[in-house]
Amino acid sequence: MSISLVLVIVMGVLFACGVYAMLERSLTRVLIGFLLLGNAANLLLLIVMGRPGIAPFYDGGETDAAEMSDALPQALTLTAIVITFGISAFLLALIYRSWQLGQADTVVDDAEDVALRERTAGEPEDAMDEESRSDDEDVTTDFVGDVASPIRVLHQGDLSSLVDDAPVDRVAVRRDGPGVRRGSDGAASPPPQTDDGAGSADGREDGDRS
Amino acid sequence: MSALVPLLVGIPLLGAAINLIFGRRKKTQIVVSVASLSAVLVLGAVLLVTVDTSGPIAVALAGWDIPLGIVLYVDVLAALLVVVTAVVLLAVLLFSIGQGAADNDEDTPVSIFYPAYLILGAGIFNAFIAGDLFNLYVGFEILLVASYVLITLGSTEQRIRAGVVYIVVSLVSSILFLAAIAMVYGALGTVNMVQISERMAQLPQDTQTILHLMLLLAFAIKAAVFPLSFWLPDSYPTAPAPVTAVFAGLLTKVGVYAIIRTETQLFVSNDLNFLLMMVALATMIVGILGAVAQAELKRILSFTLVSHIGYMIFGLAINTPLAVGATIYYIVHHIIVQTTLFLAVGLIERRAGSTSILKVKGLMRGAPLLAVLYFIPAINLGGLPPFSGFIGKYALFDAAAQIGTPVMMVLIVGGVVTSILTLYALMRAWNLSFWREQEDSPETVERIAYLGNAPAAGISTEKRTIPRIMTLATAGMVTVTIALTVFAGPLLDACLRAGERITEGVTLVQLQDEGAE
Repeated sequence: MSISLVLVIVMGVLFACGVYAMLERSLTRVLIGFLLLGNAANLLLLIVMGRPGIAPFYDGGETDAAEMSDALPQALTLTAIVITFGISAFLLALIYRSWQLGQADTVVDDAEDVALRERTAGEPEDAMDEESRSDDEDVTTDFVGDVASPIRVLHQGDLSSLVDDAPVDRVAVRRDGPGVRRGSDGAASPPPQTDDGAGSADGREDGDRS
Repeated sequence: MSALVPLLVGIPLLGAAINLIFGRRKKTQIVVSVASLSAVLVLGAVLLVTVDTSGPIAVALAGWDIPLGIVLYVDVLAALLVVVTAVVLLAVLLFSIGQGAADNDEDTPVSIFYPAYLILGAGIFNAFIAGDLFNLYVGFEILLVASYVLITLGSTEQRIRAGVVYIVVSLVSSILFLAAIAMVYGALGTVNMVQISERMAQLPQDTQTILHLMLLLAFAIKAAVFPLSFWLPDSYPTAPAPVTAVFAGLLTKVGVYAIIRTETQLFVSNDLNFLLMMVALATMIVGILGAVAQAELKRILSFTLVSHIGYMIFGLAINTPLAVGATIYYIVHHIIVQTTLFLAVGLIERRAGSTSILKVKGLMRGAPLLAVLYFIPAINLGGLPPFSGFIGKYALFDAAAQIGTPVMMVLIVGGVVTSILTLYALMRAWNLSFWREQEDSPETVERIAYLGNAPAAGISTEKRTIPRIMTLATAGMVTVTIALTVFAGPLLDACLRAGERITEGVTLVQLQDEGAE
């Protein structure tokens, strides 16, 4: 079975980029990563099809089977594309809802995880933690400390003249906290607080439904 | 008989469609949901009896002959799991109907709950009866998409946060699964499971190992096997009680089911048993240590869920007919008991206004029926005789002891320790929530102070009344757990037969014969 090297390379690049984008904290980037990964997997399905040939079942069975394209991976790819499409639509809705709630599409830390981290931060550390602690001084990952670069909504920034006309299901809160300020040098803003929308009256926030 | 098989998926999907049409009429939705799940239950029972007496059924869909088209394959294992799933789905549906009727909550988007719930069922049934890898993938996707909707139900901030973890992890595992299917097709030129198992032996061992690892990785994420289990205790506890109960009981087991097929059918000639054993041991121990550190009931249960997946992986790693049979019995036991426990905790949450064992107290005096409903499944899960948890674990350890290597002995010890720690975690919750008086003595306060550091220890919610139908649904599930014990003989026999049948394997000719009948 001979396959196209170009396709294999493209697939590899797509997989790499997709994984990279999915590791981000911003949900929009996760969506982009997922789309790249989905396309990479579809490409993989097409690659295993082998050398492309004549369309199968085209001329009433006169084509030699060896010259036909393998139809099954195409069917599988079509199914996979539809599934990816549906999930992307759901993710978009999720991102929109996430933005409605917190004015950002980033995934916030679990409140319990934060509490646990703060509790253990006060305790004396073992000698085993020595190395990791020194690393923490200058290296931060996306999930510790500041958010690298959340995709923020414009009206939250310094462009206060922009009117947000997107439909929201509650009164938008305008705050002048440190989270609003964004320097022109693109400096990372502090992580969105978990209580971003807590102060507003949100009829849907009924924690007792569980 | 074979015409009935596609209905297992078709009926819930049709029910979901009708539910969407009647989105505003709650009563119609309830009737349609209950009717379609009851129909599937009857259908599953009929299929189970047929399959057990006269052999597996293979159905070729859409007029394509058997190795070419989509094949639905029902053997004893698939039929048994379909019946158990239908029972669980029906009981939890009743529970949620009770909850919805009691709360009369205009905000809860119940109009989407019932259709999503039925589609979840359709996906699970489809995964169980799939005869080829790609149909298994489609089944997974159906149930996953429905579960995305259910876990973010109402889309509050907390649920979106917890849901995102679950969704992103599931997406990664789905892509892995799809890529693995592509690789299998590239290597073998088929996605039919029977054909894969026939052709797999021709591949070089290292190619087999790569394919094996890719599939296992995808399924292990879904089954929450350590170290791929981190997402589960993070995302399950925030969902509504009925949703958590169904997820805990069923979704991870679909992953385990896929691992059963992988190990016993697809990769007979490729041996990763030692790796599986180590993973099983780690899952059991790490999971249960997590449960011991928790003070919130749903979290405790989520961690015990992870740890008990370890038993099933253990059984598969032994990979003898007896062990596979014992694993199947353990899966059936665990689906039902874990769901029942989550339902009982849902009742506790309503009664006491909290699920933190530091806050819930004095339930023994206040709600003796609730105590029974919690206690029976709790000691069952902990593995006390004579309950089914003990029988399942005993059968597993028996199968391991028959191999008798030192590694097996280590795993048996690990399993016993896990069982004892499960009992410890659940009984501590029992003592604190049910036996503690309303006023704590200073010694008690001091003794449980260490639990205050556990996550979600201070959680509290609104107290609500418990409608009779919720209690009835939970009591019904408790009765089923007792039935698992009373009818353990025939059930275990059926499971052992299923295990034997699976490990024997099926040839393509047999499959075609079964399809022709």
